[in-house]
Amino acid sequence: MNLSRLLDVEFLAMVAKVIVIPVVLMQAVPLMVWVERRGSAFIQDRLGPCRAQVLGFRFWGLLHLLADAVKVISKESIIPTRANRFYFLLAPILVVVTALMAYAVIPVADTVTWSDAKGRHEIAMSAAQVDGGIVYVFAIASLGVLGIMLAGWSSGSKYPLLGALRVASQMLSYEVSLGLSLVGALLIYGSLDPNEIVRSQGHLFLGVVPWWGILFQPIGFILFLVVGFAECNRTPFDLPEGESELVAGYHTEYSGMKFSLFYLGEYVAMMTFSSLLVTVYLGGWQVPWLPTQRLVALGGPLLAAGLQIGAFVAKVALFMWLFVWVRWTVPRFRYDQLMRLGWKVILPLSLANIAVTALVAPLLLR
Amino acid sequence: MEQTKNELSWGIRVYLLEIVKGLAATISRMLGNLLDRRRIPTICYPEERRPISIRLRAKHRLLVRPDGKPRCVACMLCATACPAECIYIDAAEEPDKTIEKYPKQFRIDLLRCVYCGYCQEACPCDAIRMDTGIYEITGYDRSAFFIEREALLAGKPMPGVPDVPLPKTLPGLRIGER
Repeated sequence: MNLSRLLDVEFLAMVAKVIVIPVVLMQAVPLMVWVERRGSAFIQDRLGPCRAQVLGFRFWGLLHLLADAVKVISKESIIPTRANRFYFLLAPILVVVTALMAYAVIPVADTVTWSDAKGRHEIAMSAAQVDGGIVYVFAIASLGVLGIMLAGWSSGSKYPLLGALRVASQMLSYEVSLGLSLVGALLIYGSLDPNEIVRSQGHLFLGVVPWWGILFQPIGFILFLVVGFAECNRTPFDLPEGESELVAGYHTEYSGMKFSLFYLGEYVAMMTFSSLLVTVYLGGWQVPWLPTQRLVALGGPLLAAGLQIGAFVAKVALFMWLFVWVRWTVPRFRYDQLMRLGWKVILPLSLANIAVTALVAPLLLR
Repeated sequence: MEQTKNELSWGIRVYLLEIVKGLAATISRMLGNLLDRRRIPTICYPEERRPISIRLRAKHRLLVRPDGKPRCVACMLCATACPAECIYIDAAEEPDKTIEKYPKQFRIDLLRCVYCGYCQEACPCDAIRMDTGIYEITGYDRSAFFIEREALLAGKPMPGVPDVPLPKTLPGLRIGER
């Protein structure tokens, strides 16, 4: 290999993306934990954790995250005697790795292009450019469920096993609708490449409203949102860890860092899902009313990328907050209600959505 | 008897609208609390304290006569009334023959005390009271919870407790002091 390639801008950017995106994702997790704790506290008329301090400064409770990290890392690693050691250790790794991997194809900004003496440079703002990116996300996200099931099974204990069973059936029911609810939007975009999908949401409807997916696929958006909550095992669909009946569900036997890996995986999965939702239905990195060309003309490619990343993060943050908000509002579903909702409501509705879209879209797109 | 119908309306069964209503309720709660912290009833304990009543039965104290001697005449009524048997009194002879006895030792075991207040009810001399307002009683071993006569005599009433005149039943008081 030609060593001079190592200094190419493209190569360096590639390395930077591969490092920066997972690191940012993982650093966003403690922040989300903070939002979850403090947000839930304020919803419930409490103050929430706010007492950890350094030299008298409390930073609104942010220091608790630091304290938690120290605690979690320094805890004893407990593996139950009846657990299957290998799979017990593999499960949390699988959950985190798949959650992080799924994020690889999500673009956080438009492709940055510029020309200099060496020629024209193009840097795509996602870790990997996969043409069938949406399918890739689904494929990897389904693998994460395997990690949870493995955790429940390998613990060698009955409550985790029940949690794992619930995960298995919940995922089976909702995985179908997850794909189907997105098909309507994909029919209109005519592409599975996330970057392409976002680009085609760049124009304005009637010259006023940003033509985002949510406008021409409102049913699909709502269905995908609901199914996403189920896929992320978040309230009101968090039956796999229903603490009132299953102790803590699939991670009952986990403690210390292994437990927090599940936590990490859950939040990263939430972020992946939110990003996918934003990409398909809310214009991804599109700054409303300001397409990439205009942004580049205004302040160069770097400013354009920065603003687009900002817009993307803001949109994702909105849905992350929705996850927290819903968790402290809606009580958990009963198991039969969950199944009924999945098979009798969401699946038929998503099929109907596809049928209607398939009939109407050719007329509109012509 | 007529069967009451318990069917939910269509709007409630769709559920999404109800979720939006619930979300509105929680966010209004949260924003209200963010804008005005005083709405949150949490008391940040060591820095903030709940105001206590002056009638709170807290740690005990022994009261003194105008000349500084304990009012207690070691009559054992408090120790007898105590349901937790936490009061230990060792009586000794008082040189003043009108008083007869005084407590050489007076020990309260705070780990046994149930803070019922029977001791101050029973005392004929108004010598023991539970008005110090001290309710945070901590220690590293059991001996820290035995409070002896000197510590009891050094106790002060909490702010706001009104002064009560010396009881007429207190033996050994000279005419002017009554």
